Amino acid sequence: MAEVAEKISTAAAPDGAAAGSPAIHTVELSKRFGKTVALAGLSMTVPRGEVFGFLGPNGAGKTTSVKLLLGLIAPSSGEGWLLGRPIGDLETRRKIGYLPELFRYQGWLSANEVLALHCELAPLPRSSWEDEIKTALDTVGLTDRARDRVGTFSKGMQQRLGLAVALLGEPELVFLDEPTSALDPVGRHDVREIIRGLASRGTAVFLNSHLLSEVEQVCDRVAVVDHGRVIASGTMDQLLSGTTVRVRAGGLEPGDKAKLVRFGELDDEGDYMTFANLNVERVPELVAAIVAMGGRVYEVAPRHQTLEDRFLQLLEEEK
Amino acid sequence: MPPVLVIARLTVQEASRRRLLIALVILTLLVVGFSAWGFNKIATVTTENGLPLPPAQVKVITSQLLIVVTFMYSGVLALSAAVVAGPLISSEVESGLLLSMLARPMRRSEVVIGKWLGLAVLIAIYAAGSAFLEIAAVDWATGYVPPHPIELVLFVGTEGLVLLSLGLLLSTRLSGITGGVIALVAWLMAWIAGVVGDIGIGLQNQAIENVGTVSHLILPTDGLWRGAVFAMEPDAVLATLRAAGTVGRANPFSAVDPPPVQFLMWVAVWFAVMLALSVWSFRTREL
Repeated sequence: MAEVAEKISTAAAPDGAAAGSPAIHTVELSKRFGKTVALAGLSMTVPRGEVFGFLGPNGAGKTTSVKLLLGLIAPSSGEGWLLGRPIGDLETRRKIGYLPELFRYQGWLSANEVLALHCELAPLPRSSWEDEIKTALDTVGLTDRARDRVGTFSKGMQQRLGLAVALLGEPELVFLDEPTSALDPVGRHDVREIIRGLASRGTAVFLNSHLLSEVEQVCDRVAVVDHGRVIASGTMDQLLSGTTVRVRAGGLEPGDKAKLVRFGELDDEGDYMTFANLNVERVPELVAAIVAMGGRVYEVAPRHQTLEDRFLQLLEEEK
Repeated sequence: MPPVLVIARLTVQEASRRRLLIALVILTLLVVGFSAWGFNKIATVTTENGLPLPPAQVKVITSQLLIVVTFMYSGVLALSAAVVAGPLISSEVESGLLLSMLARPMRRSEVVIGKWLGLAVLIAIYAAGSAFLEIAAVDWATGYVPPHPIELVLFVGTEGLVLLSLGLLLSTRLSGITGGVIALVAWLMAWIAGVVGDIGIGLQNQAIENVGTVSHLILPTDGLWRGAVFAMEPDAVLATLRAAGTVGRANPFSAVDPPPVQFLMWVAVWFAVMLALSVWSFRTREL
């Protein structure tokens, strides 16, 4: 059985000194659990200071990737570096913040005590603890509950506390695994602001999420993962080129709809049809074709492709 | 503070905040009070002719009753150690509590050893505290003090540490309930195997006697219990047992000799092996 990486290494990433190296660099990182392939050859580079969105449906391998990068599980093959050091390096963990998907903190400690515990484990100089804890609690909006036991916190408040834990010590790289899963809309807005704040001070953020609107709003670049493989990656502009046209039309037979695929990839939802990558100039032609088939057009809505459109399109292509 | 001590402190703190310590203190005070009353009856009870029992008889009865009471204490300690150690790591893995902590610059071995140390401190405090109170109560009630009280505490406390070590090893892989139950069953089986070994001694059957010897090596709780028993036996009882020959040895509540030095050395090795196995098991576990 492979031993989980836990070492103090002097080996740097092959492409440069630690200081100038990317926040994350992986080469064919893969993980198998028995016969199940959780991650099949993840190769990627996340520059320092970038907000990187890691998208995928449930069970795609997102959390496995984060755990591999943090050295919590051992890779079956491949290599990876964080901040220029091999994954699992203990010294590097001083510069990393982590909010797990399964967030849970000692219910019998107060929020202050949980943060002090992480300051001690980080380890941060004792003289800085008070300021660090105060700032972190302030950032996540838990200052009023600092002395309350975590066991009395709602799930959303525990997630905010987890975020505060991840922010301690001004980390150079922060992993946020579904950071808004328990938060209300106000909390989600706050998290986006926190991520923007991290990016503005040069912290790289690895954001694992399936909340696409959230990713779209804060990420510089994204990678879409499915069945353990990255199926697309790039900047938002690179990924979201093209226009999507949504049409509400009645009176069309399935055979008629099949003929409409010449206008673009069709997502058929009954009366609603969505055409991916359809140039706006071709919309009149599309409407004319529907009418010619005996269909009645009630609504035509061209719009820029959203991350959700692109995400669903990519997953459809993978089937 | 090094991470290993932070984890040890956290373990003690958790037991305290979850009111485990106060529950044990209250229960111990109740048992000590009740047993002091019982022991006092031995010293004050009168026989058919209206006279109190002779001092020698009071001493023998007290020593034998103290062995039974101590067996209860060792049971409480073993139960507590197994029940607390069983979920020590597994529950924190299952809940995800360890994830954010292990992303800090901390080795998994430090988590295992820190948790062992924290619980070991609690066991040592409980063993020493409850033994001191019980011995003081018996002394007050009857004037009897076991011949080797320090050894008594060491043997009973070490028995608790054995259950802690076994529970902790199981906790690195199994759920808290499963690990706790296995540790408890192992403790009871080791005790029964010790009784079987006694029967072998009584029957002078080497094969059956070996059952006891092997069980002492696999799980040294019963061997340590015999050490505790020996520490509580006054000379008069020892002389009677020795005079009875093999029959005198065939009893789980008696011991004619102290545990051999080789056995005590094996216990030290056993702890080292269990801790090493626990560290290896947790290091190779995927979270």
